[in-house]
Amino acid sequence: MQSRTFILLTLLVAAACFAAAQLVSNNYVFFAGYTVLQFIVLATAWNILGGYCGYVNFGSAAFFALGAYSTVFFYKAFPMPIPALIVIGGLVSGIVGFGMGYLTLRLRGSFFAIATLALAVVLQTLIVNWDYVGGSRGAYIIRPNTIAFAGREIPYIEYLFLLMLTLAALAIIAARTIERSRLGFGFATIRDDELAAEASGVPTLRLKLIATTISGALMGMAGAPFPYYIGYLQPQSAFALDYAVNSIAMPMIGGTASWIGPLIGAILLGTIQQVATVTISSAVNVLIVGVLLVLFVIIAPNGLVGLVQDLMRRGRP
Amino acid sequence: MTEPLLHIEQVSKRFGGFVALDGINLEVAPGERLGLIGPNGSGKSTLVNCICGTLHNEAGSVTFDGRKMDGLPAHQRTVLGLARSFQLPRPFASLSVAENLRVPLLYAVKARSGSHLSATELDERCVEYLRLVALDHKAAKRPRDLTQVEMRKLELARALAAEPKLLIADESMAGLSHSEIEDILKLLMELNGRGITIILIEHIMSAVMSFSQRLVVLVSGRKIADGNPAEVVRNPEVEKAYLG
Amino acid sequence: MDFPFELLINAIIAGVLLGGFYIAVTVGISIAFGMLDIVNIAHPAFIILGSYLAYIINASFGLDPVLVGLLMLPVFFVLGAAVYQVYYLSFEKRGQEALRGLAFFFGILFITEVALILVFGVDYRYVEAPYIGPAAHFAFIDLPFRMLIPCVLALGMFAALQLYLGRTYVGRAIMAVAQDQGALSLMAANPIRIKRIAFGISIATAAMAGAFLIIIQPVEPSVGREYIGRVFAICVLGGLGSLPGTVIAALLLGVVESITATFYGPSWAPAVSFGFLLLTLAFRPAGILGR
Repeated sequence: MQSRTFILLTLLVAAACFAAAQLVSNNYVFFAGYTVLQFIVLATAWNILGGYCGYVNFGSAAFFALGAYSTVFFYKAFPMPIPALIVIGGLVSGIVGFGMGYLTLRLRGSFFAIATLALAVVLQTLIVNWDYVGGSRGAYIIRPNTIAFAGREIPYIEYLFLLMLTLAALAIIAARTIERSRLGFGFATIRDDELAAEASGVPTLRLKLIATTISGALMGMAGAPFPYYIGYLQPQSAFALDYAVNSIAMPMIGGTASWIGPLIGAILLGTIQQVATVTISSAVNVLIVGVLLVLFVIIAPNGLVGLVQDLMRRGRP
Repeated sequence: MTEPLLHIEQVSKRFGGFVALDGINLEVAPGERLGLIGPNGSGKSTLVNCICGTLHNEAGSVTFDGRKMDGLPAHQRTVLGLARSFQLPRPFASLSVAENLRVPLLYAVKARSGSHLSATELDERCVEYLRLVALDHKAAKRPRDLTQVEMRKLELARALAAEPKLLIADESMAGLSHSEIEDILKLLMELNGRGITIILIEHIMSAVMSFSQRLVVLVSGRKIADGNPAEVVRNPEVEKAYLG
Repeated sequence: MDFPFELLINAIIAGVLLGGFYIAVTVGISIAFGMLDIVNIAHPAFIILGSYLAYIINASFGLDPVLVGLLMLPVFFVLGAAVYQVYYLSFEKRGQEALRGLAFFFGILFITEVALILVFGVDYRYVEAPYIGPAAHFAFIDLPFRMLIPCVLALGMFAALQLYLGRTYVGRAIMAVAQDQGALSLMAANPIRIKRIAFGISIATAAMAGAFLIIIQPVEPSVGREYIGRVFAICVLGGLGSLPGTVIAALLLGVVESITATFYGPSWAPAVSFGFLLLTLAFRPAGILGR
């Protein structure tokens, strides 16, 4: 499928989603939908570094929280419209991602993974001790009830939903473009055998830095609207381990080889979690994700997409 | 006396307390066919790794084509014209056989200043290199579908696809039949005829003897012989290393 | 100006005691990651599990937590061996430990924490023992027994492990497999079995470390997460696979954390170990005594 066709199709599907959501009389659709869309962005972003390059990032929460807290900072210092905040969140997280990558990507993948864990904790400690953005007490963001959009007044949550929908579309288009480009080809060689890639002329450090920066930036962009969504931001919620687990579990369960896997994983797991939170409890729903991750990683390492591909291959004579 | 293409001076490498390479000095002239032999664990692959930048030597320096290689990452050395095959094949498992060859063409060859490679030319060269090692019928297969021997050929072809000035072939012939060895030797001779300098690391003595203009022997990280192949094999120390 | 010498000295001593405890926490990872190249980030989860087991048995039967730890050693050994078997069959054999192996351990870490929350809730749990509370006093120096005893026992455990690795056949096989798995298999020893034993030992140490932990401080399920950074920071700082390096790094980290907590407040303590880790990885990944 041509790239232009894909982009148009994605935007059409996004628009259809928005229209469908508006038909439902309950606003809950937008709240739940926002969470699922957020996961699509996080899962897709994680997969660019994790699935394509083979470098595991345990600190997704850190990049997400950076986006959220840069919003809080500007909310207090210099209020701006959310789209601008999204760009800033992306920049901040992208720069931090680049910096961290520069420090640690020359080491083995396992060292990098541990460093990402460390980064998350260091950042959380810094934020907890920074009173301007609320520290451990948290920060309140007052969001308006409605906002003027395309000539009408729409509920604010619909506006946030629309923004996240756009981000999700952007993330998917970016992932697919990378996948099919020379950059994605280089990523695959790094994942398959980094030593051989270097020997074949692939500038592995440069490519890994690009992946880390893009991945971090996307996660930061996902985090930027979060304070407006949730109204009250505490470090515990911004840095919650749930984000790390979900951003790893969703691509690994969906399938890490392409952009489809994180999308499927996010929609599937996101929906399951929403249902479980409402029916059972929020701790159990997160346990389900953890168990599914371990099971899939052992039994179906190529995820759901891999399972489907295997079935199709067996069907063929 | 022309400048050597490769100049290795006092290169040393240790792993903790273990000395893998101890002050290696070596020169390779442009267009030369050098054979490198030595018992297992003598440091041959470590030397290759240090030359190519996969490992960093603590002491000594490597100069290639008049440029000091110290500190340069491996990929830059490949762009500059240094290519190697790995002793244990390391194919890109998720790419097809043809795509495996695309990688060095895309990243090493295309990155060289003054090179213009169109997409069709790239594809053509992929096929050409595959044909050289008789793997063109398996172009669309994955490495896991290849036999051990075919994987070694792929490994060699991938090094060739980097279109190097100096090619280091690290035990590419292990497990090959007699006629296959002949084919590879013929290929290497032809490449040498085109001007490519070749270092052949092998255990198959007949191949090494018929191919090399000069023979170097490495034992326990030290160079113990360097010269005319016929004389080197008569050297008592070399005999001792292999038989003693 | 009155420089708070007494405070500093007590902070240093507390740090040394803490560092001794950190040795117990880290020695398991030194074996798993340093020697076997298994990135078991779930190690703190096993430690917390050990703590909670000590809590239950102590609360139900009044057994001393150290005794509980000793009783749990064989149990955790078997658990460790089982986990390694799964890890080996699913990932090491297929060469996928980089991505999937890590995700596997991360999943275990996560599941353990959430399961503990579901069963025990988020309240702090503690154990009762006669030596928790009293302390020895020498002039202005305080030596709380709840810190002294785990420290001493941890050093003892470490010494025993060093003896085992250096003197017994299996122990030396473990050291060998860390250096060269291929050579070991040529010696007709089964490297997979050796690694299984080593990993079992690694998890067994977590049982003791867990008992020590709950003696030193009350625990709740998310405490494990703080220790991930500490454990790897010490391991990397000390030089992978170097057990003596682990001791030095553990003591160093303990002292720095203690001084930071005393003079700047405990909320900065997590940043110390993780900051150490990041700096070490960035500038000297081989560690202090590393190869």
